[in-house]
Amino acid sequence: MSGPHGFDIDAIRKQFPILDVEVNGHPLVYLDTAATSQKPQVVIDAISDYYSRSNSNVHRGVHTLSQQATDIYEETREKTRALINAADAREIIYVRGTTEAINLVASTYGRQNVGEGDEVIVTAMEHHSNIVPWQILCGEKGADLKVVPMDENGDLIMEEFDRLLSDRTKIVAVVHLSNALGTINPVKEMFQKAHAVGAVTLLDGAQSAPHMAIDVRDLDCDFLAFSGHKIYGPTGIGILYGKYDLLSQMPPYQGGGEMIASVTFEKTIYAELPAKFEAGTPHIAGTAGLGAAIDFVNQVGLDNVAAHEKSLLEYGTERIGSINGVNLIGTAKHRSGVLSFVVEGVHPHDVGTVLDSQGIAIRAGHHCAQPVMAHFGIPATVRASFGMYNTTDEIDRLYEGVQQVFEVFG
Amino acid sequence: MTDPADLDALYREIVLDHHRNPRNSDAIDAPTHEGEAINPFCGDEVHIKIQLQDGGIKELSITGVGCSISQASASLMGEEIKGKTAEQITGLAEQFNALMSGSADSMQSDLDVLKGVKRYPVRIKCALLAWSALDDALSS
Repeated sequence: MSGPHGFDIDAIRKQFPILDVEVNGHPLVYLDTAATSQKPQVVIDAISDYYSRSNSNVHRGVHTLSQQATDIYEETREKTRALINAADAREIIYVRGTTEAINLVASTYGRQNVGEGDEVIVTAMEHHSNIVPWQILCGEKGADLKVVPMDENGDLIMEEFDRLLSDRTKIVAVVHLSNALGTINPVKEMFQKAHAVGAVTLLDGAQSAPHMAIDVRDLDCDFLAFSGHKIYGPTGIGILYGKYDLLSQMPPYQGGGEMIASVTFEKTIYAELPAKFEAGTPHIAGTAGLGAAIDFVNQVGLDNVAAHEKSLLEYGTERIGSINGVNLIGTAKHRSGVLSFVVEGVHPHDVGTVLDSQGIAIRAGHHCAQPVMAHFGIPATVRASFGMYNTTDEIDRLYEGVQQVFEVFG
Repeated sequence: MTDPADLDALYREIVLDHHRNPRNSDAIDAPTHEGEAINPFCGDEVHIKIQLQDGGIKELSITGVGCSISQASASLMGEEIKGKTAEQITGLAEQFNALMSGSADSMQSDLDVLKGVKRYPVRIKCALLAWSALDDALSS
């Protein structure tokens, strides 16, 4: 099966060794990429090669290996800059993942700029990681957390967003692609409106980064957070992008080695960006893996990935949505990557166990988005999520798996 | 690794029956103890109200939401503990834990129908949820 732009699904699948694994006597059908993507061999090799040949600490050794480690570390920063079209590599901060990136902004920019009576706006479809840090901040400062509601399809109600914006709005933090519903939000428009009232914007790109090209300058977001492990890279490494002027004015997040220019017991002068936000020995092997992942994704082409996944989602929506007794949750106009559904009379965990017995990996639960579940009046959903390596045959396996669920629970 | 026989052992007909038709779900008039247990990872809930009289459970009411295993386990537990003393219940809870961990193969009771759960480590907490709610009630 070859796509319109030379997208060769068989060749892509061959690069992911885990896809050859059998689960419970069946070839694995991995439909949980929104939780974490699988890793291509080049990423696995990059991490292994780093530890085998270049392992050393960064920025502090005069010896050759330290220089190699530093080169790998900084090359990935440049690759990340190019991936999201940032203006300057110093705007790329390594963190553990999306969660840490958002917490960093809330604890530094947020603490410095949000005060009593101010407001932070999020949406009804945020992951808990883009709710709780703001709740903590608002609680500490006596500020208010405002929520843009969504409609029954899982689209944001933009009139409500317009109504919430005011000169009290200090931060607008929005998920790009909902992990529970697949909704793609009109973030460029939202950020324009947020800037018009003087607010700073944060884009949660955890789910969107692996599915579409993100251009931080076109979207004009002030901060972008995403995770390496969802974009075919390793766990434990993620990115905070921030505009240079904002990052420069923010206080540090953690104190320690690497983030200083000079230390005496009387006074510490902080290092320049990006080191100011990278205290301690970082996850260097993670950056080696992330760099390989970015190369890999670029080679395949995010546009090709997006087109392939769009066709998977259309096929899945038709195939799974047509099953009597299955209700799709989240039918927004612009969606990607995620097919969330419930099976009438059967709890998602039971669906998950029956599917697992056939080697089909899906996520069953609230997807760390309990407010989304509450909105639809359900405790949980079954979520099949797609990556570049999934096929329509696998959606057929899911279809058959759901039939099996009916047989067990009939 | 699981095979189809494991799946059948997990979803025994009697288990599915307790899931579809949970026993003791009606409210009771004069509960002396109340408790609940919630699994934050999946949102499953079990709520229990009991009336203790002369040291034994005279009446009880169990309600909840969640997967078949958590709700069937709650229903089966309710049937088992009716009329039992707190001390007997402690013993049952220990035996049920042993059944789930695999250190015992039978507890010579209707609760044995749940022993298929032990092949599914992530589901064991579903089966134990009701017992946490009961513990919460008895220590209230």
